[in-house]
Amino acid sequence: MNLLAKRKFINSLALTLSLSAMVFGLFWLAWILWTVFDLGLAGLSLTLFTEMTPPPGAETGGLLNAIAGSLVLVVLATLLGTPIGILAGVYLAEYGRYHRLGAVTRFINDLLLSAPSIVIGLFVYAVVVAQTGKFSAWSGVIALALIVLPVVVRTTENMLQLIPNTLREAAFALGAPKSVVISKVTLRAARAGVLTGVLLAVARIAGETAPLLFTALSNQFWSLNMNEPMANLPVTIFKFAMSPFTNWQDLAWAGVFLITMGVLLLNIIARVFLRAEKIN
Amino acid sequence: MRTTEFKSSASSRLGDKVFGVMAKSFAWLTLILLAGIIVALIVASWPSIRAFGIGFLFSDAWNPPMEDFGALIPIYGTIVTSVIALLIAVPVSFGIALFLTELAPAWLRRPLGTAIELLAAIPSIVYGMWGLLVFAPIFAKYIQPALQSTLGQVPVVGKLFAGPPLGIGLLSAGIILAIMIIPYIASVMRDVFEVTPPMLKESAYGVGCTTWEVMWGVVLPYTKTGVIGGVMLGLGRALGETMAVTFVIGNTNFLNSASLFAPGNSITSALANEFAEADPGLHTAALMELGLILFVITLIVLVVSKLLLQQLAKGEGAKS
Repeated sequence: MNLLAKRKFINSLALTLSLSAMVFGLFWLAWILWTVFDLGLAGLSLTLFTEMTPPPGAETGGLLNAIAGSLVLVVLATLLGTPIGILAGVYLAEYGRYHRLGAVTRFINDLLLSAPSIVIGLFVYAVVVAQTGKFSAWSGVIALALIVLPVVVRTTENMLQLIPNTLREAAFALGAPKSVVISKVTLRAARAGVLTGVLLAVARIAGETAPLLFTALSNQFWSLNMNEPMANLPVTIFKFAMSPFTNWQDLAWAGVFLITMGVLLLNIIARVFLRAEKIN
Repeated sequence: MRTTEFKSSASSRLGDKVFGVMAKSFAWLTLILLAGIIVALIVASWPSIRAFGIGFLFSDAWNPPMEDFGALIPIYGTIVTSVIALLIAVPVSFGIALFLTELAPAWLRRPLGTAIELLAAIPSIVYGMWGLLVFAPIFAKYIQPALQSTLGQVPVVGKLFAGPPLGIGLLSAGIILAIMIIPYIASVMRDVFEVTPPMLKESAYGVGCTTWEVMWGVVLPYTKTGVIGGVMLGLGRALGETMAVTFVIGNTNFLNSASLFAPGNSITSALANEFAEADPGLHTAALMELGLILFVITLIVLVVSKLLLQQLAKGEGAKS
């Protein structure tokens, strides 16, 4: 084989491998989604939304308390984490862009963004659950809010940095104080991007299980008491999927279907949103 | 049209100050949070640190009734599963990134990139449940026997594939982790490959290089710090991943063979399974110490990853 043929051979071999790597990646996505659709749709029924999680061995039952609990936890965690995250992001982009505190905070925030979520659960257990002496929905909310925080900080900062400085200068030239420039001009111009960040954060915590295991725990019954353990989808799925009861496993698949669809939908909405904004 | 008047009165200046101070204090909160996590974990694991000392890291004991604990088996499980995940995910991610930047037709790049990113968005509990109920049975029935009859026959290496094919165990957990981290590594690699100046690539193509030679000889050397940063980011994910591992690793604290087919335990799966039911006292403290070890390891990996990625970004600024 001469050199040219050899080089061409190596090239086509590498490109074939690259193509198969792509197929390999998509294969898992397709397989997982197909399973979730197939088994999830089979478990989907009206009772899912009208009945409580069943005791072991029961023939029927739904996920009403878990769905409601998840909604409560996710909404409250987002309400708690978003304003703090947006303000911290504002600081990084508008005040501390060239300060040392800004650089350090940016670095630490990126670490928190990828930190294991189970450690967040341990932290909240140590500072909230261990102190109050019981598992509670509030501690779950705090754990999830701590996961929302770095996501919102990061996207808010990135989006604000995209706003051209001329916009800020124009507003300052009119005599607007800095807080007005930020809240009425730059944040408003970046609102689609910031909202995207919030949506992605919601998508992230919707399926988080690990931090809830030691905080909100779970509850077999209907409860909206924030000082007691609260049922939620991820922990219920974890418990039901590991059980030997087929009824429980079917419910777990239905729950997985709901979460996956919710998370994918949020991601797609966030993308469409951001793209529409970029074109404008 | 509405006109707004900005009075430079004392009250508006005060409002401005309050806003600035609030933004700054929330930025501080992020810093305090990281320090707070470390301090809280150290305080909570202090009884265990005092009782076992450094020996905690090297002891394979895990006996709640006797209050004798060691971290060796969970640490071993965490490292082995993460290494398996990287061995599979790194070459695959490289292939995907190569495909997305050099091979795919322009109209396919976006949808395929999005599909890979969506794979990253699926919650880990979905991977875990799918791994346990769908993947593991198929793995035990077809793939594990096939591995045993091929690689299992090779001396030395064969020991890794010994034992009954259970479907769950260290190898399965590693494979599920690989599927999970492929999207993370692939998107970082794609992003860093795209920062290679087109001029460099075009000159290489101009002197007659093949696509592969451009990739291996030009793009990869140019972006290597970023590529390693991406791999470390994936490693950080793999080390701290909980649900995907807990479902399939088998959750046992006994380890008496080198086989990857054997069930084991990782730091995260030990925490997920035992923590809520652990007795207050030494058992809880030992689990807290496991969490502390995990946090410190992942922080080191993530810091290295961040520094490498920053270095690439800096080089990009200087060279262009």
